[in-house]
Amino acid sequence: MGYDLSMRVWRGDAGGGALGDYTVAVEEGEVVLDAIHRLQATQAGDLAVRWNCKAGKCGSCSAEVNGRPRLMCMTRLSDFDPAETITVTPVRTFPVIRDLVTDVSYNYEKARQVPAVQLPPRDPDGKRRMMQQDVQRGQEFRKCIECFLCQDVCHVIRDHEDNKPKYAGPRFFIRYAELDMHPLDTTDRRKLAQDAAGLGMCNITKCCTEVCPEGIKITDNAIIPMKERVVDRKYDPVTWLGSKIRRRDPRDEV
Amino acid sequence: MVSTGPTNGSDERHPMTGNRMDSGDAAAHSWGEFERHRYDVVVIGAGGAGLRAAVAAHDAGARVAVVCKSLLGKAHTVMAEGGIAASMGNLYPDDNWRVHFRDTMRGGKMLNNWRMAQLHAQEAPERVLELEDWGALFDRTPDGLISQRDFGGHRYARLAHVGDRTGLEMIRTLQQHVVSLGIDVFMECTVTDIFKAPAGRGPGRVSGAFAYWRETGRFVVFEAPAVVLATGGIGKSYQVTSNSWEYTGDGHALAMRTGASLINMEFVQFHPTGMVWPPSVRGLLVTESVRGDGGALRNSEGQRFMFDYIPEYFKEETADSVEEAEGWYADKKNNRRPPELLPRDEVARAINSEIKAGRGSPHGGVYLDIASRRDAEFIKRRLPSMYHQFKELADVDITKEPMEVGPTCHYVMGGVEVDADTEESIVTGLYAAGEVAGGMHGSNRLGGNSLSDLLVFGRRAGHHAAYYTHRLRDDRPAIAEDDVRNAADRALAPFEIQDGGENPYTIQKDLQDVMQRLVGIIRTADELSEALVEIERLKERAKHLAVEGNRQYNPGWHLAIDLTNQLIVSECIAKAALERKESRGGHTRDDYPGPDDSWGQVNLVLTLPGGDFASPVELRHQPLPVMPGELEELFD
Repeated sequence: MGYDLSMRVWRGDAGGGALGDYTVAVEEGEVVLDAIHRLQATQAGDLAVRWNCKAGKCGSCSAEVNGRPRLMCMTRLSDFDPAETITVTPVRTFPVIRDLVTDVSYNYEKARQVPAVQLPPRDPDGKRRMMQQDVQRGQEFRKCIECFLCQDVCHVIRDHEDNKPKYAGPRFFIRYAELDMHPLDTTDRRKLAQDAAGLGMCNITKCCTEVCPEGIKITDNAIIPMKERVVDRKYDPVTWLGSKIRRRDPRDEV
Repeated sequence: MVSTGPTNGSDERHPMTGNRMDSGDAAAHSWGEFERHRYDVVVIGAGGAGLRAAVAAHDAGARVAVVCKSLLGKAHTVMAEGGIAASMGNLYPDDNWRVHFRDTMRGGKMLNNWRMAQLHAQEAPERVLELEDWGALFDRTPDGLISQRDFGGHRYARLAHVGDRTGLEMIRTLQQHVVSLGIDVFMECTVTDIFKAPAGRGPGRVSGAFAYWRETGRFVVFEAPAVVLATGGIGKSYQVTSNSWEYTGDGHALAMRTGASLINMEFVQFHPTGMVWPPSVRGLLVTESVRGDGGALRNSEGQRFMFDYIPEYFKEETADSVEEAEGWYADKKNNRRPPELLPRDEVARAINSEIKAGRGSPHGGVYLDIASRRDAEFIKRRLPSMYHQFKELADVDITKEPMEVGPTCHYVMGGVEVDADTEESIVTGLYAAGEVAGGMHGSNRLGGNSLSDLLVFGRRAGHHAAYYTHRLRDDRPAIAEDDVRNAADRALAPFEIQDGGENPYTIQKDLQDVMQRLVGIIRTADELSEALVEIERLKERAKHLAVEGNRQYNPGWHLAIDLTNQLIVSECIAKAALERKESRGGHTRDDYPGPDDSWGQVNLVLTLPGGDFASPVELRHQPLPVMPGELEELFD
């Protein structure tokens, strides 16, 4: 059942590069990452690619396959016609380091700006109590494998380098949402999400939801509810008045 | 604006290195030709053990760096599925550390370091609750407590979990906590040497580590009196494995080259249930939770064959009829456990025998069936990753049809010999925690005991490493500049070979073939001797490794370096396996089929006196530590 697959793989570095043409022998049931590995082992020992689990669990092998952002380990060759040429390029939103490896440090920077969870003391018996239906909402977002494909397709930053400093992107909107929905967390991050993380710049085109390999409903379950909660706080006259006359936790004044 | 995050004005840090961006970083100073950093504790590895160690060392006031081969959050812990074993007693109040301790020791066929098993059972519950303090969202009981699930070899439902993605929850929680504490993380940075300063007598003390940035190929020198190895396992030396490219036994080899010793290396865990088809995913893990949640194993004749493989040792606690096994899920008091939930070594051997006897499935496995036993909604809720994995990669709907599964190399029980309380190796300043450490699991690890091991001993290692550096005050061992130059030369050697060099990918493939064929689940003296000859040949070939391209993100070069670690570790496994003339846990000898009481008192200790991958591994016998009477009583 094996056949010779025609591949085009982007080779190069920050200084530039080009698509290289290769023919790789592939077997039944294989995925794009298998073809890349065989290429590496037999024809291009120095082909740079990130990968770890090869099971869709670690989110390392993100790339664009025929222009579509995908995890290479979850993209099966049987989805393509054997005569078709498969083109693999690095994700476009992040600067290339070499070949298929990009500099994703933007995401690690944004991660550091999210205030950590802050819980009250444990119950007297040393344990905490939360109900399943209450943790479930946050659990959906904690399925995120940080493949950053949602960041890759988000048009606010995909071709707009200048937006990056003020915009955290969908991956971090679900992080803000997750913390906001944590049943015991005590920090209010709504204003931070709106201002510093740039939630307001998202105009809910749902591209992120479409590419999420974990099927997280990023737009419907995280971004839109967060936008609504931000609006509640911003325009609710009682909250507004409260914020003017009460002494507030300085952490609120972002 | 007041930021609550650690990034704040002048405290700007480089995202990949964690170094402060302003010029005032006291840790980084330029000296000679290499980038240099000074820390109290350097942790190698950013999985569960490494991150927990870093947190502990940081909390004890040490300056800590985490150095890891992949991006933060991608370590192998992320693949752990089932849960964290801890006797919290949330579902069964009768559970306590003594029961957990007993289960662990019996699962390891009493070869475990009793003190490690005791500390592990005692401290695991608090380590789980700590994760919850740091933001982990575990599945809940109806009372709102952390839910606990059944697993092989555990008397009570004991595994704290999040569906079947517990490892992801654990790594993300620790990752986010490490980030919030502002701990420096050197991502995609590989350590190739650990330095020692000569002491007046004895083997010398740790003085630092040598590494290269994978992105640029440039070298980094860490000056640090304490190094914690948290590098995971060795599974990449086998063909069929659940382990990723990172699992090349780096920490095992670094420890040996630094003068430390390994124990229990003959014990390699083959997880009973890996995927067998399609070929591209062969070996990929199918969580034990499938069996814990009701899945049954069947052969091609539809028979639940595990009832034919109940060993004498576990007869008393295992159901011997289908009726009793079925009754156990609802009533654990009056029924014994189904044999599908025997420890992993037993189940893996049974599956292996069924396949050999010609009762396997079309692709050379057996059937794991949950579809006919639980409803689709239950399966999707409890095992979402498995549902997804089979659907996407094998076109199998596990709510409608059985899975095909077979044994896959999963874990190494053996590792660096450490002090049970401090996790320090026999080299002063060198610590090890998690899979890279040996002793805790004896000859076989119970499912769920790995994640708890990472937390319990990661914390202990980080803590003791930090206190060791405090006690040193200004008496810090220095790095010899010759050692730095030698480390650089060694790392660059593959670029020096021009013509007729060996391809690292080819040698790795050949090694995997040797280990799979000759040092697998069932072993014999002839095959193990043959394996040692083959490994010797591969070592010879590996002296001529050559790579193409340059130093910038070059996987061929990275593999050439990791491969020498794999060769050392593979020799250790084969040598110890040949020496141990009995069958116990993860070591099965066809020519010595049963356990032998005299071997039950012996650890095999491996060292590398030559300090170089090409030099021979040495082996000696060492008596097992003796359990005190009050713990001995638990086994009467």
